Amino acid sequence: MARRRLALLLAYALAGSAIPAAAQDDAAESEQEDGWLTGEHEFTGYVAAEVRAFFDASAHLDQKPARVQPALLLQPEYRYDFNDGDDRLTLIPFVRLDATDRDRTHGDLREANWQHLGSDWDLTVGLGKVFWGVTESRHLVDIINQTDALEDPDEEDKLGQPLINLNYFTDWGTFGVFYMPAFRQRPFPGRDGRLRSAIPVDDDHPDYESDLRELHPDAALRWSHSIEDWDVGIYHFHGTGREPRTPLGVEPSLRPRLVPTYDIIDQTGLDVQLTQGAWLWKGEAISRWNNGDNQFFASVAGFEYTFFGVFESDADIGLLVEYLWDGRNSTAPVTSADNDVFGGVRLTMNDVDDTSFLIGVAVDKKTQATSLAIEAERRIGDDWKIELEASGFFGVPVEDVPLSGFRKDDFVQIRLFRFF
Amino acid sequence: MIRIATAILAALLLQIAPAAAETPEEKGKRIAVEADDYDSGFGDSVADGTMVLRNKQGKESVRTFQARTLEVENDGDKSLNVFSKPRDVNGTAVLTYTHREGDDDQWLYLPALKRVKRISSSNKSGSYVGSEFSYEDLTTPEVTKYDYKFLRDEACPGDESLQCYVLDRFPKDKASGYKRQTVWLEHKTYRTYKIEYYDRKNAFLKTLTYHDYSQYLDRYWRPGKMAMVNHQTGKSTDMVWSEYRFRTGLSDSDFKPNRLKRLR
Repeated sequence: MARRRLALLLAYALAGSAIPAAAQDDAAESEQEDGWLTGEHEFTGYVAAEVRAFFDASAHLDQKPARVQPALLLQPEYRYDFNDGDDRLTLIPFVRLDATDRDRTHGDLREANWQHLGSDWDLTVGLGKVFWGVTESRHLVDIINQTDALEDPDEEDKLGQPLINLNYFTDWGTFGVFYMPAFRQRPFPGRDGRLRSAIPVDDDHPDYESDLRELHPDAALRWSHSIEDWDVGIYHFHGTGREPRTPLGVEPSLRPRLVPTYDIIDQTGLDVQLTQGAWLWKGEAISRWNNGDNQFFASVAGFEYTFFGVFESDADIGLLVEYLWDGRNSTAPVTSADNDVFGGVRLTMNDVDDTSFLIGVAVDKKTQATSLAIEAERRIGDDWKIELEASGFFGVPVEDVPLSGFRKDDFVQIRLFRFF
Repeated sequence: MIRIATAILAALLLQIAPAAAETPEEKGKRIAVEADDYDSGFGDSVADGTMVLRNKQGKESVRTFQARTLEVENDGDKSLNVFSKPRDVNGTAVLTYTHREGDDDQWLYLPALKRVKRISSSNKSGSYVGSEFSYEDLTTPEVTKYDYKFLRDEACPGDESLQCYVLDRFPKDKASGYKRQTVWLEHKTYRTYKIEYYDRKNAFLKTLTYHDYSQYLDRYWRPGKMAMVNHQTGKSTDMVWSEYRFRTGLSDSDFKPNRLKRLR
């Protein structure tokens, strides 16, 4: 099944690469005309080699003992602009070939959509990606796209979401309507893989509250506005919650497994940023209903302050502090960000190669469990980029799930990108 | 009869008085206002920019982008720069609302995350995408943001057949990287021919020269190239402009932060 999906994605990717070469000359010749067949093709994307190395041997039963995990990533991007740029078709497949974790070898259509720009409105139909939020340590209000938990535990990689999205721009802000005819369940690392819970999540056999399962239609309404120094967004979402509850179950072979269980939830979210000089004040908050817990609140709030041009150079140093709080009870999907303080330092060199470093530390106020993340990147020449990532978990007690599952999974990772 | 004589005298005095009493500061400001008026009314413009960054050893690095500008009545312009190269930042965009009073507003769009980020605009003196241009070098020099002083008239640098006003302008904003800028403006069309930048310690920092001007809509002059040289570091950046288009029908909606998500 997964293999067939992969083959299909590769076929899409190849088809995408074949079109522009053939059609580019035509586009140049008839640039003056508008319409369907006379638009502009663009073929871009990247291929990347990745090596992830773990400091320790694996902690859980059935995990592969290999400490070094190499992988290849490919994300071609094809765009066709027509109708004088008012319409666009976008196709962005993504493929990972992972040498160690069979489940991590996967593909996805990150985007496959048609977009139309009106004078004060726009419409997107297809598989799309939508990001909401302002804070750095947790993306609490972001809900439209499912997290691709196979890629990274940081919840920044997302699956393409089937949607119809209409936005209307007024002087009183932007109004967005989102209709999502189908749901995509969260892919989890397999039994072989690292960075998983002690008992693996069995994403081949999910449970749904709705009898319609992944075909339950979901919807959201959002208003957002930029007024002077303020950027504000408010939304309400009704539909399949993106975070699964994970009750314990057994496989037919009697091995224990966690059963991802998706509820029909309601969620109201708010994101605010106040920008004053070098200060960015940020806050996100949600109220969620019917996700195990009848109702709970959660929030992230803090600031980012930047020292520009430090030490008489072009470099900037940014300081980040955020407080995370989550009031959900134990019947809701489990989270580690219940009562945590996050601090970070960002160094941006502002040089020709866009060199930057970020160090972030999150400490749980109750358990003192500490997670550390380091990111560094720079461009090499015009078309290459190198990215270094390190992640560590310290003093995590066994009861602090899901973090405790990662306690032997400190790693460093190097990614080399070639953009085209 | 006497009344008429007085009226004529008054009229004459009014005519002569400003010219006679105009201080270098007033004259500098008057020229800046005239230059601003000359360029007003273009509506909106789109142009393709290529920046060639050169380090001391002559090693080059290229950035390409599209610059969209919307004229705003009674306030600073709105501008949107969308990058296509280097390829790793393809689709990254910087949206700026310049204001005559107070801080500008600025947003950054990161296409990989589909994230629009409001960023601090206090970073005026910081390098723009690693080039020798700073953020403030690229925003429209609103008249209200400087004090002026007229210095002299002389032949325009780069085109001896034209006459230029030479004036100093002093940024009022404490976040500016400059103590002063010396500007060469052509007499008839107020085209900028050269700017010399002096850092906060009043040390000579950079020279910007304008080249290959063309006129659009029978009025508006735009350079084909802007060359910035940093004398303190030996680095330089050429900004080459092409495909200027005016009154393309861009509207306020095209410069809304939320619209950035539709760029890529």
